[in-house]
Amino acid sequence: MAEPGTLTDPGRSAVASGPVWPSGADRRPPGLAAYRALLGAQARSQAAYRASFVVDLVGNVGATVFDVVTVLVLFGVTRELGGFTLRETLVIVGLSSFAFATADLLVGNIERLPRYVRTGLFDAVLVRPLAALPQLLLMDLPLRKVSRAVFGLAVLVVALASAGIQWTPGRVALAVVAPLAAVVFFGSVFVTTATVSFYWIDSGELANSVTYGGRDFTSYPVTVYGSWFRALFAYGMGFAFVSYHPALALLGRADPLGLPGWVGWAAPGVAVVAAAIATLAWRVGIRHYRSTGS
Amino acid sequence: MGSVTATVAPPTDSNVTRWFRTFGAIVGSGFRRHATYRQAAVAGVVTNSVFGFLRYYIFVAAAGAAGRVAGYDRAQLATFVWVGQGLLAVVAIWGWTELADRIRTGEIAADLLRPIHPVTSYFATDLGRAGFASLSRLLPPVLIGLLFFDVYLPRRWATLPLFAFSVLLAVVVCFGCRYLVNATAYWLQDVRGPLILWTLCSGVLAGLYFPLGFLPGWLEAGLRYGTPFPSLLQIPLDVLVERDPAAVQFGLVGVQLGWAVALLALCRLVQRRAERRMVVQGG
Repeated sequence: MAEPGTLTDPGRSAVASGPVWPSGADRRPPGLAAYRALLGAQARSQAAYRASFVVDLVGNVGATVFDVVTVLVLFGVTRELGGFTLRETLVIVGLSSFAFATADLLVGNIERLPRYVRTGLFDAVLVRPLAALPQLLLMDLPLRKVSRAVFGLAVLVVALASAGIQWTPGRVALAVVAPLAAVVFFGSVFVTTATVSFYWIDSGELANSVTYGGRDFTSYPVTVYGSWFRALFAYGMGFAFVSYHPALALLGRADPLGLPGWVGWAAPGVAVVAAAIATLAWRVGIRHYRSTGS
Repeated sequence: MGSVTATVAPPTDSNVTRWFRTFGAIVGSGFRRHATYRQAAVAGVVTNSVFGFLRYYIFVAAAGAAGRVAGYDRAQLATFVWVGQGLLAVVAIWGWTELADRIRTGEIAADLLRPIHPVTSYFATDLGRAGFASLSRLLPPVLIGLLFFDVYLPRRWATLPLFAFSVLLAVVVCFGCRYLVNATAYWLQDVRGPLILWTLCSGVLAGLYFPLGFLPGWLEAGLRYGTPFPSLLQIPLDVLVERDPAAVQFGLVGVQLGWAVALLALCRLVQRRAERRMVVQGG
């Protein structure tokens, strides 16, 4: 399991301050062994029904495949989309699908939070002597989504290789850092939108508009969108830094909308800000949480 | 709705009237059941609208400077996208696993004891749901489309009634498909495989991600006649934006009608086969 990094809830905000852990018997930091046990149990239980697991793996890759197919179909009827060719657009698509699929694999499960809140399962999570967020993520880590992340990575690699990029050390670094920053960004979006359910339990589909909406938004050059809609999603919420600006910097293209070239290199900074907002939203949300009382 | 018990006198009106009354009562209860989830409806409308903006801008970008693509101009694309976002919730492509869940848990036994065919009763409930959705989920995106964009309004008088009929048929076709997907639970218990396949195919082949006109002509025709998917969204929307001449419009709805009848018949057949081999688990 990749380190949830800045998204980790330190556990102080949960009810479980001062975890009670068998002392002496285990000298590892309290919790780590428990997390590993949770992850191991998940992996075993999900792989237990092999046929179902294979079906899930295949089915999950299908969704991402169709996202890419959609782009190809659109380029079947046009040569350019918002001033970008197919090869250039595929770099944007690759960044977006790899980042979304990976964030969805690691953190996307948080979208079940409304159900946990509604059914009262979240109470059980809070009284355990572990931080709430890692528990929620590990309780049902969707290993089936691995296939999707791998496919996203393949699209990204093929797109980068075929886009005719003039590689410099800086661009190589960006090609590595930008996708990771985008993963952190999407992860932060998942967590931030999920916290809405602390206030509004039936909000499930609302979060989709930003998470899945963000995925679709970042799959195309932002030049295709209308002005205020672009301003809101690309810069208000920061989605332009997931794929569009990094892709411009990698391709060495000037921004048709007039932003300077260094903006593409700001992606990691934007991701850090997003993670900080997500951490804050999670802490505030979890303090606000009152059990549904069921 | 009449009932037959030892203490109530047998009804005197005809069977047909009673059948319609029962059907109407179930439709009404389906409507009321979904009308209770108002927060979810608001959240759904917001999500549909965000995707409406996304899809509209992307399709229009595909139309390029000429402003025309695959037989649609910008206004037609606007209507296609915004009515499509509303229709998505009316036909309810995704998320219905009630039947499969009831089969898995054995609760289906209670449905089989009822004096009404399960296909009929689930269909009536679904009609009620679609009725509520057409008020709560179809109208708002259509209004947003009208407010923000230059949408295409039908010019032929026959188009609107034909569209309404086409939407009804789309609901029937979608119900039929979902029933069949769920009914695989009689044989498989775990419907995840068929469900994933359905979710994937229905989105892309119904014309949600892109109008099927963007595909090569032979592929579009093959999908239209060979699969029920275009009948879910693409055909009602094509009828509404008058992409084809009037005669073709009627022909398209005829295709839908064929699929609707065939799928409902298939649902009843599958249900009968399933009941013969079913063993309710859990006693």
